[in-house]
Amino acid sequence: MAAKKVNTIKLKFESARNLAPAPESKSVAKIEERYELFINGKFEKPSSKKYFDTINPANEEKLSSVADANATDVNKAVVAARNAYEKVWKKTSPKERAKYIYRIARMIQERARELAVIETLDGGKPIRESRDFDVPTAANHFFYYAGWADKLEYAFPNRSPQPLGVAGQIIPWNFPLLMAAWKIAPALATGNTIVLKPAETTSLTALKLAEIIQEADLPPGVVNIITGAGSTGAAIVNHPDINKIAFTGSTDVGKIIQKAIAGSNKKATLELGGKAANIIFDDAPLDQAVEGVINGIFFNQGHVCCAGSRLFVQESVYKVVLQKLKDRIESLIVGDPLDKNTDIGAINSKQQLEVINKYLKIGQQEGAEMFQSSCAIPKKGFYCRPTIFTNVAQSNRIAQEEIFGPVLAIQTFRTEDEVIEKANNTPFGLSAGVWTDKGSKIFNMTSKIRAGVIWANTYNKFDPTSPFGGYKESGYGREGGLHGLGAYLKL
Amino acid sequence: MATKNRIEVLKTYKIYIGGQFPRTESGRTYIATNAKGEMIANVCLSSRKDFRDAVGSARGAFGGWSGRSAFNRGQILYRIAEMLEGRKAQFIEELMKQGSSKGNAEAEVNLSIDRLIYYSGWCDKYQQIFSAVNPVASSHFNFSVLEPMGVVAAIAPQGTSLIGLVSIMTPIIAGGNTCVMLASESKPLCAVTFAEVLNSSDLPGGVVNILTGKVSELLPFFADHMDVNATCYCENDAASVKIIKEKAALNVKRVIYYENKKWNTKETQSPYFINDFQEVKTTWHPIENIGGGKAGY
Repeated sequence: MAAKKVNTIKLKFESARNLAPAPESKSVAKIEERYELFINGKFEKPSSKKYFDTINPANEEKLSSVADANATDVNKAVVAARNAYEKVWKKTSPKERAKYIYRIARMIQERARELAVIETLDGGKPIRESRDFDVPTAANHFFYYAGWADKLEYAFPNRSPQPLGVAGQIIPWNFPLLMAAWKIAPALATGNTIVLKPAETTSLTALKLAEIIQEADLPPGVVNIITGAGSTGAAIVNHPDINKIAFTGSTDVGKIIQKAIAGSNKKATLELGGKAANIIFDDAPLDQAVEGVINGIFFNQGHVCCAGSRLFVQESVYKVVLQKLKDRIESLIVGDPLDKNTDIGAINSKQQLEVINKYLKIGQQEGAEMFQSSCAIPKKGFYCRPTIFTNVAQSNRIAQEEIFGPVLAIQTFRTEDEVIEKANNTPFGLSAGVWTDKGSKIFNMTSKIRAGVIWANTYNKFDPTSPFGGYKESGYGREGGLHGLGAYLKL
Repeated sequence: MATKNRIEVLKTYKIYIGGQFPRTESGRTYIATNAKGEMIANVCLSSRKDFRDAVGSARGAFGGWSGRSAFNRGQILYRIAEMLEGRKAQFIEELMKQGSSKGNAEAEVNLSIDRLIYYSGWCDKYQQIFSAVNPVASSHFNFSVLEPMGVVAAIAPQGTSLIGLVSIMTPIIAGGNTCVMLASESKPLCAVTFAEVLNSSDLPGGVVNILTGKVSELLPFFADHMDVNATCYCENDAASVKIIKEKAALNVKRVIYYENKKWNTKETQSPYFINDFQEVKTTWHPIENIGGGKAGY
C-alpha cells in the first residue's frame, strides 16, 4: 500500500482566540439587592428571616441576596396553591387558562434580552446560549403548552383527563429559566397549581419569571416560586398536601425522592442523570460528526444531563477523529460568559468545579490519558478547560459516572453489536447520538439503544413539541410534546 | 373407559421458568385448599433464588421477544387464546375446586380467552394510538415511539385464580416486555395450568415466568431486584405498596400500581394497560433542505 500523504499544516489557534472582546451590556439587567419569596401573588419576606448570596460564577462577585424558605414558608406556598386550585384555577375555563399562559410566553419574549443577561450572570453560561437557546426555547415552551389547555381530550382517546391538584416542582441549575418553563407550562395547561423551587445557585431568572407571572395577572397562588437549598426541596417533597412531584436533577437525589414519597399517593416524574454514548461510524461525515461531538459535550460547559459524555469511535477512523477533535478543542474560546464570542463559559459553582476536578484526577489515576486545550483561563471565577480522555476502559469511573462538566471519555469499537453492548452497559438511559451516512444503520442503532432521546447525525436539539426523558436510572415520565401532558393528568 | 375403581392421576403443580417446569429449588411446598379448607394440592413455595432464576430467564428472552414484529406477537397471543379455549374444561374444573360456582367459572374462563384475543388485536395497533410525529421548529424529522420497559415483575391480583393473572400479564407481553408473575397465593392452580397453555402456544420460553408462593415473602424481591425494570402490584395494602415503592427507588424502577380494579369487568381492558408498561423514545434526524436557497445577500 502506498504511504498516504500526511497533512503537515499546523493550525494556529492564537488568531481564533484573540478576537476583540465583544461583551453584552449588563445595563439591561435589573437585579435587586434582595429577593423575597413569591407566594400567593406577592413577594413576601421569608419566615426564616434568612437570605443567602447568589454570585456570578464568572468573577465570584455577589449579585444579590435570595430568601431562604423554610418549612413554614413551604407550607404557606402549598396552602396558597391549594386555595388557588380549589377556588380559582379549577373553575377557570381551559380557554382562559390558555390565555394566561400565552401572556407569559409573550412577556418572556418581550424581556428576552434582560432574561438572557441575568441567566448568564447568575449561571455562567455563554450569552450566545442564553440569548439564542435558553430564553427563546423557554418562551416557546409556554406558547406550545398554552395551546394544549383547551384541547386535552384530543390527546387521550376515550378518556376525560383531569388535573392532579398541586404540583411541587424542583429544578436544577443548568438551565434555570428553561427548566422552570418545562415544569410550569404543562402543569398550568393541564389545570394544576404550582410550588416551584429553583436551584440555590441560580434563582434569579425564576424570580424574574415570578415578576412576569405577577405582571401577567395570573390569579394569586396559581404559581408560587420559593427559593432555598436542599432542605427547602425536602419540605416540598414531604408536604402532605402536594399531589405531584416533578424533579430534575441528579440520580442520587431522584432516588431519595422516589423513596421519600413511597408512602404517599404523590405522582412523580423524575428527570435524572445521564452518561450518553455518542457514536461515530467510519462512514459518517467526520467534520460534521466532530462538530456534533463538540456541541454534545461542551454545550453549557457540559452541565447537561443528556451531554454526550462518552464518545465511541469506530477504530478505522479513530486517529483522524481524535486529531480533528483536538484541533477543534484548541479553537474553542473559554472565558467571560458575557462575551458574545465565548464558547465555554464559567462552571456554575465552586462546588461543581471541585467535582469536575476530582474526576480529572480519578481519570488519570485510572490510567486514562488526559488532553486539555492549551487556552488561558481567567484568574477569578470558576473555569475548566475543555478536556478529553483517551485510553478509557469501560469500567473506568469517568466512563461510568456522570461528571456534569466539559469532560469527554473516548473509547473505540469495531462492530455495531459491540458498540450497542457498550453503549447500553450503563445504569443510565437518557440519550444517545449516532453518526453514520447509512439510514438502515441509524435505525438499527436507534432502536437498540435503550435511551429516551436519540439524535442521529445531530446532537443536543430540543423543542417544546419533542418529548424528553429517560429510561432506567435516568428517571421516568416525559417532558415536552403531547407525552408531557400525561405527567400532570389523571386519565 | 372410566371405571369407578380407577385411581386418578393427580397433577404435580410446578412452577414455570424459562419454558421449563422445575420444582422450586428450595424443595418447599405449601398446601392449596378449597373454600372449606380441604387440601386440593401441594404447590411450590418459591424462593428468592427461584425469582432470580426467573428474572434471568426473562432478561434473556427480552431481546428476542421485543424484537419480534408486532404482528407476530399478536399471532402468538391469539394462539394462547386458542390453546386456552381447547382446555376450557380443565380450567373450569380447577376454578370450581377453588370455590367458584360453575357459572362463574365458565364466565371467568370465557372472559380470559376473550381478553387474550382483545390484546392480541392491540399488539400492532397501540403504537399508532400513542406514538407521535413531533412538528419541531428546526429542520429535523422528529418522532416518538413506544418501546417496552424491559423485565416486569408482577404480583398477579390475589382475588382471582385466572382472570387477574391474564389481565395483567397480557398487556405486559403484548407490549414486548417479558415478565415474572407471582400467582394468587390462595388460588394458585390456574396459574400453573395456564403456564402449560403458554408452553404450547409458540410463546418463547422465558417471556412469561410464573411462580407460586407467599406474597409476603417474595414481594420485597419483586421490588428490589436490580435487573427488573418495573414492578406491578394490585392489592389495596398500603404497607406493601410502601415497601414496593421504597425498594423500587434502588434502581429507579417504575411502579405500576392498580388500586381497586375489578378484573372481571370491561373497565380493566384497554390499550392504556399496555401503555402503562411502555417507555417513550424520541428520535431526531436532520432534514436537508435541498433547493431551499432563498437567502439573499
